[in-house]
Amino acid sequence: MRPFTRVEGLVAPLDRANVDTDAIIPKQFLKSIKRTGFGPNAFDEWRYLDRGEPGMDNGARPLNPDFVLNQARYQGASVLLARENFGCGSSREHAPWALEDYGFRALIAPSYADIFYNNCFKNGLLPIMLPAEIVDRLFQETLAAPGYKLVVDLAAQTVTTPNGAVFVFDVDAERKNRLLNGLDDISLTLQHTGKIQAYEARRKLEAPWLFV
Amino acid sequence: MQPRSLYDKLWDAHVVQEESDGTALLYIDRQLVHEVTSPQAFEGLKLADRKPWRLDTLLATPDHNVPTTARTAGNAGIVDPISRTQVETLDANCADFGITEFKIDDLRQGIVHVIGPEQGFTQPGMTLVCGDSHTSTHGAFGALAFGIGTSEVEHVLATQCLWMKKARAMQVLVDGALSPGITAKDIALAVIGQIGTAGGTGYAIEFAGSAIRALSMEGRMTLCNMAIEAGARAGMVAVDDKTVAYMRGRPYSPAGALWDQAVAYWRTLVSDADARFDSVVRLDAAAIKPQVTWGTSPEMVLPVDGCVPDPKDAPNPVKKSDWERALLYMGLSANMPISEIDVDKVFIGSCTNSRIEDLREAAAVVKGRSVASNIRLALVVPGSGLVKQQAEAEGLDKIFRAAGFEWREPGCSMCLAMNADRLEPGERCASTSNRNFEGRQGQGGRTHLVSPAMAAAAAVFGHFVDIREVM
Repeated sequence: MRPFTRVEGLVAPLDRANVDTDAIIPKQFLKSIKRTGFGPNAFDEWRYLDRGEPGMDNGARPLNPDFVLNQARYQGASVLLARENFGCGSSREHAPWALEDYGFRALIAPSYADIFYNNCFKNGLLPIMLPAEIVDRLFQETLAAPGYKLVVDLAAQTVTTPNGAVFVFDVDAERKNRLLNGLDDISLTLQHTGKIQAYEARRKLEAPWLFV
Repeated sequence: MQPRSLYDKLWDAHVVQEESDGTALLYIDRQLVHEVTSPQAFEGLKLADRKPWRLDTLLATPDHNVPTTARTAGNAGIVDPISRTQVETLDANCADFGITEFKIDDLRQGIVHVIGPEQGFTQPGMTLVCGDSHTSTHGAFGALAFGIGTSEVEHVLATQCLWMKKARAMQVLVDGALSPGITAKDIALAVIGQIGTAGGTGYAIEFAGSAIRALSMEGRMTLCNMAIEAGARAGMVAVDDKTVAYMRGRPYSPAGALWDQAVAYWRTLVSDADARFDSVVRLDAAAIKPQVTWGTSPEMVLPVDGCVPDPKDAPNPVKKSDWERALLYMGLSANMPISEIDVDKVFIGSCTNSRIEDLREAAAVVKGRSVASNIRLALVVPGSGLVKQQAEAEGLDKIFRAAGFEWREPGCSMCLAMNADRLEPGERCASTSNRNFEGRQGQGGRTHLVSPAMAAAAAVFGHFVDIREVM
């Protein structure tokens, strides 16, 4: 996994609550057996005017001019500003894969759905939670100033605006450590192999029917 | 010892290791595997030269991509080559690693959340995961069950564990008696209507109260299935006589002396009388009416005798714009009675409502009636091959077919439209599934979530009707 330390990035505002993972990456693209290449189909139904199917030449498809990410001023954005309950719905990890492949490194919203939130950390994508009134202020500032950028510093747990306002966010110590260092979860867990085996030995005595 | 909730007990029994920040390494007893969220996990295992930790904890089946038309050709019958490759990839991975799989032409194939309980693979007291958010279904058995992403699918395959932080505990208490015709689906939608789709975020929900105890195991599965639609990764119901009776004699259930030992343990899987919950939500079962969603989020739900809301009455500007967008997408106008909404298609199926009791409830409404002339397609998709077989033994297929329904092979089908079953742009569907998001059942499709009986009634009348008036 790519480590996340500090990102200074252009901000794109997606002003809708309850953006679900079906919207982030529609089901027809989940048929892929790969982890990469989902970026061109992120927000497919909002982003294009035609019906998207796997294998299409996405560069040749008609863009929806009303969709915010299609506006020239947000091209190259790496920070996505969103509203509450972002990422609700299905557990598909294709949603963070699509956002990351699109170019986003950090998300800022008042709240996220639990599974999506968890999935982001596995993919070098930092989902930041800030209070609704601060997110509101960031929306206003983004809309008011073309080229608006934020600096996200994971070690310091801060988001800094162009005029120097600093907002501190919370993140679990374990998740932070893994993301900062791009650590492989499975390798870390396998260091606990002895403990897992000890648990199994104990559990087998308590609940042997779970081991037949 | 401090009083503990069911969730506390399930959690405590599975902690392998706890870190100083409260993150725990949790042991996972079972994993269900399907074709959509597993290929990248198996690829990861292969690249790192790893093997599954415990093969006996795994059960796989293809469900999302499979066609619901004839299965005689096996995988070759999957017309879409990308879908076919995904199902073939699951077959190959299961063969390579030695994982038990119910393939496309196996009578036991079906939706993961239907076959787990049906086989007795899902058991009380287990931790059970699957790369699918509706894994919450299995909590109906007094188990801790939740959906995970593909990285965690791989992690559980490789280590039999997950790193997790304990959620807060919510109790949803539903007391009283449901009116005739009101089902677990209506309870689920009423709960979501009350607390919202993010109301359960960060929580594990235990459903309790006399109305929950009165539900069958299948009703409890329907309810727990939709815990995720309230934002909660896990929903659960305490073990009682119904749970134990359901488990008896299933292929994977314990037998002999182990059965008695298991049952003695299962009986402890209830919240202690004075267990503490971080949040308690109460509903009066007697007040729950047949529910119909009107918008593009499961929380946009109303009783069938209600009217589509007016955005000018929205509680805040964010909700107002949500409602306006939903009305536009759904092609509805403010203040329109729900009962005047005509539908084009009807879908009875999905991991929420495709079990035998669901099909019986729908067939009871359909019997001796016909599908209305404005209905373009009415589909019944049983949850598994065994559900289909049972329904046919009871003659339900004949009732549906005689009325003009199509009777299909098992799978996820039009719940998420990864196979050929889908809505066309602008088409409106009465659906027993679980999500009414934009495009969920097909790009531009419009979904109204209802119970099986309500979907059947909509098929017969061509619009939504109050099931209590037509039973």
